[in-house]
Amino acid sequence: MEFGPILSTLRRHKITAFLLVAEIALTCAIICNAVFLISQRMERMKMPSGVAEHQLVMLQVANIGKQPDAKARTEADLAALRRIPGVKQVALVSQVPFTNSSSNSSIRLDPKQKLPTLNATQYFGQDLIKTFGAQLVAGRDFRPDEYMDYDAVMRNVDLVRNRTPSVIITSELAERLWPGESALGKRLYFADIGVRVIGVVKSLIRPSLFLGDDAAQWSMVFPLRMNTDNASRYVLRTDPRDRQRVLAAAATTLRKLDPHRIILKKRTLDEIRSDFFRNDRAMAGTLLGVIIALLTVTALGIVGLASFWVAQRRRTIGVRRALGATRSNILRYFQTENFVLATIGIAIGMMLAWGINLFLMQHYELPRLPWFYLPVGAVALWLIGQLAVLGPALRASNVPPVVATRSV
Amino acid sequence: MFAYYFDLALRSLRRNRMLTALMILAIALGIGASMTTLTVLHVLSGDPLPGKSAKLYYPQLDPRDMTNFRPGEEPPEQVSWMDGMNLLKAGRADRQALMAGGAVAIEPPDPAIAPFFEDARLTTRDFFAMFDVPFLYGHVWSKADDGNDARKVVLSRRINEKLFGGADSTGKILRMGGKDFRVVGVIDSWRPTPHFYDLMTGDYSESEGVYLPLLTGIDMKLPFNGSRDCWGNDTNVDQKTAQCTWLQFWVQLDTPAKAAAYRQFLVNYSRQQKSLGIYQRDPNVHLRNLMQWLDYNHVVPSDVHLQFWLAMGFLIVCLVNTVGLMLAKFLRRASELGVRRALGASRRSVFAQLLVEAGTVGLVGGVGGLLLALLGLWIVRMQPSDYAALAHLDLPMFLATFLFAIGATLVAGLLPAWRACLITPALQLKSN
Repeated sequence: MEFGPILSTLRRHKITAFLLVAEIALTCAIICNAVFLISQRMERMKMPSGVAEHQLVMLQVANIGKQPDAKARTEADLAALRRIPGVKQVALVSQVPFTNSSSNSSIRLDPKQKLPTLNATQYFGQDLIKTFGAQLVAGRDFRPDEYMDYDAVMRNVDLVRNRTPSVIITSELAERLWPGESALGKRLYFADIGVRVIGVVKSLIRPSLFLGDDAAQWSMVFPLRMNTDNASRYVLRTDPRDRQRVLAAAATTLRKLDPHRIILKKRTLDEIRSDFFRNDRAMAGTLLGVIIALLTVTALGIVGLASFWVAQRRRTIGVRRALGATRSNILRYFQTENFVLATIGIAIGMMLAWGINLFLMQHYELPRLPWFYLPVGAVALWLIGQLAVLGPALRASNVPPVVATRSV
Repeated sequence: MFAYYFDLALRSLRRNRMLTALMILAIALGIGASMTTLTVLHVLSGDPLPGKSAKLYYPQLDPRDMTNFRPGEEPPEQVSWMDGMNLLKAGRADRQALMAGGAVAIEPPDPAIAPFFEDARLTTRDFFAMFDVPFLYGHVWSKADDGNDARKVVLSRRINEKLFGGADSTGKILRMGGKDFRVVGVIDSWRPTPHFYDLMTGDYSESEGVYLPLLTGIDMKLPFNGSRDCWGNDTNVDQKTAQCTWLQFWVQLDTPAKAAAYRQFLVNYSRQQKSLGIYQRDPNVHLRNLMQWLDYNHVVPSDVHLQFWLAMGFLIVCLVNTVGLMLAKFLRRASELGVRRALGASRRSVFAQLLVEAGTVGLVGGVGGLLLALLGLWIVRMQPSDYAALAHLDLPMFLATFLFAIGATLVAGLLPAWRACLITPALQLKSN
């Protein structure tokens, strides 16, 4: 294909060509970054929780006023919930993944250490590991005799001060605290109280990601037994197909045991998770909308300018046809012209994409744009360019040679 | 002259419908997207109490021990019970209120309505006067009630409608948290945006449904809503003595001089606490006013900023697109403009004529953009965020849309119009 004539024509239409290149460059730059942002959000939404999400349902209940015999009531609740057909495990827990409400604590590797090593979340509740379906990768789950009443410990910390209670942590937390070593048997300190790691689970996400996504897996589980006075969330594990039925049955059961309580929430963990990432989903949707709108506007712009050029060059086209150029020659000419402009635009667009990424990195804590997002924008614009120019180019190829002999 | 140019513009626009439609569409899309995000940004970064916010301050003190001390560190974002009570009793500001978030079980007088939990604000009485909360019925509890565990409650309009069908309920008894309360007031609809007085319970959360005297709520040990930051080794769970910050304290200081004096008072207070051995750190205080406090907390979600930048990028693409199309359109009419020039029209009047045409495109594009912005805001309101319901176009933004659209199109029309003016009349006439 002859580039010479194309370049010399474009040189005569500098401003129009420049505007088209600028539009393609900007679109390319924005699209590269938007696609990258979408992939970031999608990645985030896939964040592992470490629990058997599809099998879990949660009921959050609240009492009106103080309950005198919370411990006995809790046991009655748990026994009744276990009797519901289809329920495999039940636990009353202090917190649940993706609910945005969490209890956290600073931990140290040495009680004399001046600044804490990090801040991790703390899960309490009997049978929590089994009910959540968290996967143990080292060590063991708590033995029944290891559990203590949360109330009793809070009233008198000396109960645990010299006993070095057990704790189960996530593999990511273990790797962060003792890189390359086995965490089993190691000690952690909360102020002057030491605890010993007896088990490691593959993962267990914290309920609220207020410390950022990097700290998402910094979780600990303690052998503390809760009651209806200090914990409000019942978690039930069941077959995914039974979830709605079990939720309804559990609500009825709890209400029957104590009509004087309020069921604040009853949801499946899948719903809770989907709610947790709603902003990411909305943002990904917005970005997708912007990409489509950008490509549409750019395509329409190309159609408009190409039509203008075709109309302007009708006579020239006619002359070329009269001198022996075939239809496909003319078609090819406009397609090549668009390809040349798109390529220049894409080249500038990639540099611009990199610049926008630097800006986003500075202001929105985004990682660097991986190189393979650049071709995505390039291919999109080449395709859109060729599609958009096709109509005007076909019209140009249909200009009859006889035009050359007429004076417009 | 303007009317004539306008007429010419309409004729020219009608002659090439396809190109005109493309330009209008590009402008409308760009304006629609940018006005949608700009409106959301405008609503979210607005002043919750215009005219009052400059007088409201949020004192911060640093009562923590030396364990995690880092020099130059920010003091905690809330106050402890002890500090809050001390500052409240000192009464050095024009108004002051100590408050916390909570929840309370309400047993409606109508047995047909099931008991439910409602967010409560536990606060001292200056809250209402300080934040200009409008009362529908009744008034706030008395000063004495702040200190004597009074069972009095102020309801929001929403809760009053739910429980009492919107009637004047002052004097009625309402059972909450297993205790009987007397309704003393009902406030009108009030939703400051952001929820500035307690960001811990959500930046854009709705206002609470019930308002109780702080001491009453604390003594009832109501469930707590918010964030509690503790230090030290003791596991004391008593809210009043634990080494934790969990309350918000707001003051009203009517003049800058009073604000400076109050800041000095906070420094002196910290120094005195240290000399008493209660504080371990040197005075570390902050006294930000309302807008500074919102700014410091980065209340506007970063996604909203990102969307704004995205829309601006989109608008630029749309404008570049329009410049190109307009250039094509104007140059295509070279011969017509050549005739006008040859018949005596000055360069300036041709330029004016073309700009009027550009402005007309802007006006129509602005109308389209406005419709698209309304659609965009409707979509935003469908989204599940806390702030979604707030996304509405107000009058200033409505007018701004048009000005913005016409301004942007005029700027976009400058280059094409200038290029078209440079046409040599003779050349155009000859070629035809």
